[in-house]
Amino acid sequence: MYSTKYVKATNVNKAASIIADAEDGKFLAGGMTLIPTLKQRLASPDLIIDLSDCKLTGIEDEGASIRIGAMSRHIDVAESVLVQNAIPAIANLASQIGDRQVRNRGTIGGSLANNDPAACYPSALLGLGGTIHTQNRSILAEDFLTGMFETDLEEDEIIIGISFPKPDKAAYVKFPNPASRYAMVGVFVAKFSDGVRVAVTGAGEDGVFRASNIEAALDESFKANSIIDGLVSADNLMSDIHASAEYRAHLIGEMTRRAVIACG
Amino acid sequence: MNVNGNSATHEVPDNTLLVTFLRETLGLTGTHVGCDTSQCGACIVHLNGESVKSCSLFAAQADGATITTIEGIADGDTLHPMQQAFHENHGLQCGFCTPGMVMSAIELVTKNKNLTERDIREGLEGNICRCTGYHNIVKSIQAAAEKMS
Ligand SMILES: Cc1cc2nc3c(=O)[nH]c(=O)nc-3n(C[C@H](O)[C@H](O)[C@H](O)COP(=O)(O)OP(=O)(O)OC[C@H]3O[C@@H](n4cnc5c(N)ncnc54)[C@H](O)[C@@H]3O)c2cc1C
Ligand code: FES
Ligand code: FES
Repeated sequence: MYSTKYVKATNVNKAASIIADAEDGKFLAGGMTLIPTLKQRLASPDLIIDLSDCKLTGIEDEGASIRIGAMSRHIDVAESVLVQNAIPAIANLASQIGDRQVRNRGTIGGSLANNDPAACYPSALLGLGGTIHTQNRSILAEDFLTGMFETDLEEDEIIIGISFPKPDKAAYVKFPNPASRYAMVGVFVAKFSDGVRVAVTGAGEDGVFRASNIEAALDESFKANSIIDGLVSADNLMSDIHASAEYRAHLIGEMTRRAVIACG
Repeated sequence: MNVNGNSATHEVPDNTLLVTFLRETLGLTGTHVGCDTSQCGACIVHLNGESVKSCSLFAAQADGATITTIEGIADGDTLHPMQQAFHENHGLQCGFCTPGMVMSAIELVTKNKNLTERDIREGLEGNICRCTGYHNIVKSIQAAAEKMS
């Protein structure tokens, strides 16, 4: 690892002003993405600003939505009774991320700020049409997720919390890569009174995306057998050593059927 | 920080990983490093009672915390029930993964009652063993779970 400096900020405004003064600073949340990246020498920030003392935890019921603090760890979300009751699909998603040790450290804010094309949370954000709150503004999911590993965040902008509207029903089903547990394909299906939203992660060349064909089919009839073969095209899907674009297209159909069944 | 009941205060470079601090600064070489992708679990220790990968944490992040490593679980010459169960059930071959397996398994058993075999297999997602085929590790954890309950 390249040498770097480490500081702990005691609040969000201090963290933002510290990063503004650094040449190439990086925020540190759970470190489950950032530290492996530093170990591989894929990044060389001169300063690491730990957000763990910025009091960004806590999960609240806002009535029509729930709000999860950015530093809530995957284990906190998975075990939260509030989340389990309000949007069980999110608790279930969190319980499937990586392994127990990753869940004991990794955070929702870190996962969304990173927007890994195979990460789980971006599909919940897009599938539910959630909102990212930073110290400066609120950003809708569609505006926040700008591409693979890309978001609308400014350098000194910190995610403080995320709101997710409560759906009538929702489920997340993933086909995990057996080694890393990241999604080879993950599908988040959410049924609201005004329509169905379906977000797909692990498959798109530009990261997580909404599958409009599938949404239309499920709007017509919310049943697993509405997802017929050939509905999902392999265009613009990733091909890599783990799976071809055609196989991913097939998995999207299958994971969607399973998610619709899991919605009950 | 407090390591295995002893206070440990040292100045180290900011980019020192917790595992490096434990192994090189404190000489506690029971905690292993088996990969550089944060996937193998050989480096698992307890941070304030929770299992974490010490290769993916800066020592500075554990400033003021309580750390327990594989060296800190036996009671004098009496092995921890989890260690004893690995010993009796042939839960290791080369032993490289074992410190991480034992630390991970202790958290699993302490946090969950009535573990099924499936729960145990799923609970070992973060631990890779290249020798045993996991079968005897699962048996060891089942045996220890009975003793620890
Ligand atoms: C073995 C392994 C398996 C994994 N499996 C999965 C999986 O199955 N599914 C999955 O979704 N993920 C998986 N992950 C990734 C894991 O969920 C990470 O925890 C997550 O992607 C990053 O969160 P973090 O809190 O660790 O962030 P960090 O690593 O600390 O930070 C990641 C990035 O986000 C920035 N950042 C962090 N917090 C904020 C904030 N509040 N505001 C602004 N920027 C911020 C950081 O500067 C950094 O650039 C896995 C990781 C590992 C090591
Ligand atoms: S050394 Fe492999 S996970 Fe830490
Ligand atoms: S006993 Fe050799 S790696 Fe597990």
